[in-house]
Amino acid sequence: MDVIIKNLGLLINATLIATPPLLLAALGSCFSERSGVVNIGIEGMMTIGAFTGAVMGLTTGNGWIAFLCAGLAGALFGAIHALACISFHADQTIAGTAINFLGPGLAVFLCKAMYNNSSDTPAMDPSCKLPKLFEGVFPAGSFWSNVLNVYAVAYLVFVLAFVCWFVFYKTKFGAHLRAVGEHPEACESLGIDVYKVRYGCVILSGFLAGLGGAFVTLATINQFRPSVIVGQGFIAIAAVIFGKFSPEGATKACLLFGLCSGIKTLAGQSNTVSPNLISMIPYIVTILALVLFVGKAHTPAANGKIFVKSR
Amino acid sequence: MGRVSHMDPGTVVIQMKDIVKKFGDFTANDHINLTVHKGEVHAILGENGAGKSTMMNVLCGLYKPTSGQIFINGKEVQFSSPKDAIDIGIGMVHQHFMLIQPFTVTENIILGMEPVKGLVVDKETAKKKVLELSERYGMKVDPDAKIEDISVGMQQRVEILKVLYRGADTLILDEPTASLTPQEIEGLMEIIENLTADGKSVILITHKLKEITASSDQCTIIRQGKYIRTVKVDEVNENDLAAMMVGRDVNFKVEKKEMTPGETVLEVRDIHAKDYRDVEILKGLNLQVRRGEIVGLAGVDGNGQTELVEVLTGLRKAESGTVTLLGKDVFNKSPKKTFESGISSIPADRQKHGLILEFSNEDNLILQHFEEEPYSTGGFLNRKAIREHATELMEKFDVRPRGSEGAPSGTLSGGNQQKVIIAREVTNDRELLIAVNPTRGLDVGAIEFVHKYLVEQRNKNRAVLLVSFELDEIMSLSDRIEVIFDGQITGSVSGKDADEKELGFMMAGGKKHE
Amino acid sequence: MNKKKSILESNVFYTLIAIAAGFAIGAVFLVIAGISPAVAYGKLLSSVFGKPKYLVWTLIYASPLIFTGLSVAFSFRTGVFNIGAEGQFVVGSLAACVLGITLKLPPVLHALVCVFAAAAAGAVWSLVVGILKVKRGIHEVLSFIMFNWIAFYLSNYVVNLEAIHKEGGGEATKDVLESARLLFPEGLRGALDCNAANWGIVLAVLAAVLIYIIIEKTTLGYKLKAVGFNSNGALYAGINADASVLTALGISGALAGLGGAVQILGMSGRLSQFAGQEGFGFEGITVALIGSSSPVGCIFSGLFYGAMKYGGSKLSIVKAPSEVVDIIMGCVILFIAISQVFRILFARFGKKKEA
Repeated sequence: MDVIIKNLGLLINATLIATPPLLLAALGSCFSERSGVVNIGIEGMMTIGAFTGAVMGLTTGNGWIAFLCAGLAGALFGAIHALACISFHADQTIAGTAINFLGPGLAVFLCKAMYNNSSDTPAMDPSCKLPKLFEGVFPAGSFWSNVLNVYAVAYLVFVLAFVCWFVFYKTKFGAHLRAVGEHPEACESLGIDVYKVRYGCVILSGFLAGLGGAFVTLATINQFRPSVIVGQGFIAIAAVIFGKFSPEGATKACLLFGLCSGIKTLAGQSNTVSPNLISMIPYIVTILALVLFVGKAHTPAANGKIFVKSR
Repeated sequence: MGRVSHMDPGTVVIQMKDIVKKFGDFTANDHINLTVHKGEVHAILGENGAGKSTMMNVLCGLYKPTSGQIFINGKEVQFSSPKDAIDIGIGMVHQHFMLIQPFTVTENIILGMEPVKGLVVDKETAKKKVLELSERYGMKVDPDAKIEDISVGMQQRVEILKVLYRGADTLILDEPTASLTPQEIEGLMEIIENLTADGKSVILITHKLKEITASSDQCTIIRQGKYIRTVKVDEVNENDLAAMMVGRDVNFKVEKKEMTPGETVLEVRDIHAKDYRDVEILKGLNLQVRRGEIVGLAGVDGNGQTELVEVLTGLRKAESGTVTLLGKDVFNKSPKKTFESGISSIPADRQKHGLILEFSNEDNLILQHFEEEPYSTGGFLNRKAIREHATELMEKFDVRPRGSEGAPSGTLSGGNQQKVIIAREVTNDRELLIAVNPTRGLDVGAIEFVHKYLVEQRNKNRAVLLVSFELDEIMSLSDRIEVIFDGQITGSVSGKDADEKELGFMMAGGKKHE
Repeated sequence: MNKKKSILESNVFYTLIAIAAGFAIGAVFLVIAGISPAVAYGKLLSSVFGKPKYLVWTLIYASPLIFTGLSVAFSFRTGVFNIGAEGQFVVGSLAACVLGITLKLPPVLHALVCVFAAAAAGAVWSLVVGILKVKRGIHEVLSFIMFNWIAFYLSNYVVNLEAIHKEGGGEATKDVLESARLLFPEGLRGALDCNAANWGIVLAVLAAVLIYIIIEKTTLGYKLKAVGFNSNGALYAGINADASVLTALGISGALAGLGGAVQILGMSGRLSQFAGQEGFGFEGITVALIGSSSPVGCIFSGLFYGAMKYGGSKLSIVKAPSEVVDIIMGCVILFIAISQVFRILFARFGKKKEA
């Protein structure tokens, strides 16, 4: 019994560590996709966020400031994507591919330039990282420590998910962003500035992806390495499609992937099954889930289409 | 018609002066003038492509005029976005509705001007305002229904309410009757009457003469982007208007020689089929087309015409029924099989189905034959034969510009794209030709051209099925008219003694008077 | 005048501008990092053109990239987006490697079997995605991404299997048997002063020509393009869209798989455990874009990318991070993606001048 409870605690802990980066990126992706701009550059934006987070954590010593800066770095890349796709009418998938070259390339390039040609940043002191909720309250390794004494952000992301849901369905901005993703011409005829709304959404998606990347370097581990972001951005996109482009759906999907990841971490310690096979689980689950339950998702009608202002 | 004019000739609300709008080298509006009074219904008449929509897009702030002035209530204005026009009281109902399909009626009406309570959109207040407006002008709508679930007529009401919600004093209606039943059109006319009685002005863009004489005070005619003149509607008749619109006398009548229909080519029995939403749309439809006749399928959009044609051409699988072509079973066969059995078609949507726009004209002209001699041998294309074929057809069917065999079809004008399709399908020369809205969006010259070829096909003793939302087209071409309503054929009349009122009555679901 | 117009309308012109802009931005970052762009780019150049054997190495680097470039270009031309070339490349290299180690066959035959197996593996990997798209309506970009990662972990799993793992540790497989390698004859390799010189580049050029013929000259190409441009129109014309999509994806996947075979049987001779995705497939997207999705263009852009990769690998000698290549390439893609705007601008500018 104790073993079960202990493992359950570990599983919840592992899930709470794996989910936030995915969820942050996925929420960002929801904004971008629903406003009509395909953003497969999420991965690159996460990498640049992860790198910025680590560097700012090392230099400022304050995890929260570092976290925010990572978001801004992601937002900058979001702005590049927005500029290319919205103002310059670039093919959105191709621009996203470019971001995926630029983000990791720039991160490692700058890392080498700053840290003596090393592709890893130095490890940072725990005090530079994001804070945990209940440090020292529960005995280390106990069930409650595993479940409750996690990084504050791990719980905050769920609050954020609720906020996103609220913004999407209750506010004016939410109505506008959903509308421009369906019928931008209609919005334009009603005086809604389609470009402005889309810029806002794509930059926001970069911001949230940057935060997601920084969670890995400022919480999960304590430094930047080129391999910190390997596929999380793409999983986040999968979660969004899986969740039918809604914040609530994406949240559920991210929890599922986070859980898969948690199982992977736990099973990986047991050493009976190859970690490589276990690593495939989230991807296979996505495919199976799509085949069995979801099928065709309703994509926002104007998603990926280039919109040119009439004037 | 006993319509009451609410026009106040003393109060000019809108004046457009010498408006010029250029797109690159193309001048869409060349010194256009327009004066609209309070309470007036002012029609803008012109052919497709004459520049009506451009002119209205300038007035509603969507386009910036290259030169010229706009005065609203005597004050010169300059719009930098549609919002400016909305703010000053001009609202446009576009021909292609600008509605967000997954949103509700209320959400669509308030979009961009949502009442808010704190951070939250105040849906209750919004709903109340929507209901208030709909009662005031006699337009019943369900504020909570989603757009994708309501009829076209309802959607139009939503569009009008959207404009009124924004406090418009002048409403621009762009081809508002294009997809309405005659009865729905009557309803619309009542709404227009209510609006003008309330002191609002209505600008009606149309190319239907009857509507103008029935509803408008004045009419401005434009032709090829140029202002022709403005007339008082009760001082002219329909023929005058037509002549001014086209610039010459028009013959609406299509010349047809007498023919006796021969054996049955297409026999459709008890077809049941579902639409894309999985709802039954064809409910036991029966239809026959014989040699040497044009059968016109009349009906309002959405009664199963599209699906019927898709079933006949193999694009949609029907649930049950039989389809035979000269006795051969062609029910639920692939598009390739149905084509090989002898059915060719001019599809409704030329850009979606008719052409591969990125392909060159010569490649589009062999779309069903690229795997046949002489266009290919052993899997390799024979460019020379393809080019010769194209040159010959494009000459014969007058596709312009000349020498554009190798140019992508997407670079042609709409009319010439349609000619490419007609050239291909008429040359295919199958037992049955299905033509769906073959003249949509074409100018008068091109329409005459298309009609000529349809009649020629009939005269060659082929069977022709004409599906069109333009009742005039159906009436002038058909030897027999079948009315489709709610997935069934509800009536049949001979083309000679067809009566528009009666057809309209049947199209709206009424039974034929015996 | 006409000549000027054709230059302004040609893809090559904008591609060259995009490349120049990419290098310019790369230079900015080099300066920021305190490295002289002249030194870094000079090293890049001399690493490629310094000696004949460097050029041979460039060809070796370019061969797999031409294949993945062709794979993506072919998918672009037929209306699907093969973002899964990465995974197909991996399973191709895996198939070639496993069979290259385990089978015992005479020299030429062994290599042929491995090459075909790689093509088949890539095709199957891509076809599964195609079937999901055609039968279940699942967007191919999504499943391609998933399949890239499944291939990644599958490869790492197989590399660590006892039967083919290198004895005595290390993170790679045993060496592929000589009989399966695609290397040039020993004498020629000696003459070129490069031990890894192989038939890859010849195969790549042959593949490009073959793909050119398929796309431009055959009814198959006509069919695939019709479906790619307008599947509704193709369906209306009686072309089986599903079959076409599957054919296109199969061919595209096979090309990526061949890239994997060339990499393993030509250059590396063994498969190593991956830390992150190798990137050949994603680089293929760049190759296809720079080559304007034309098969012949892919040869040149593949060579360009191969040179950048090979030259980039030497940048650490002058203490410049080799990632500057990624930055340059990312910018090149971005500029090509937005080149339409410049095209319109130039057209307008040209017109005003005329008037």
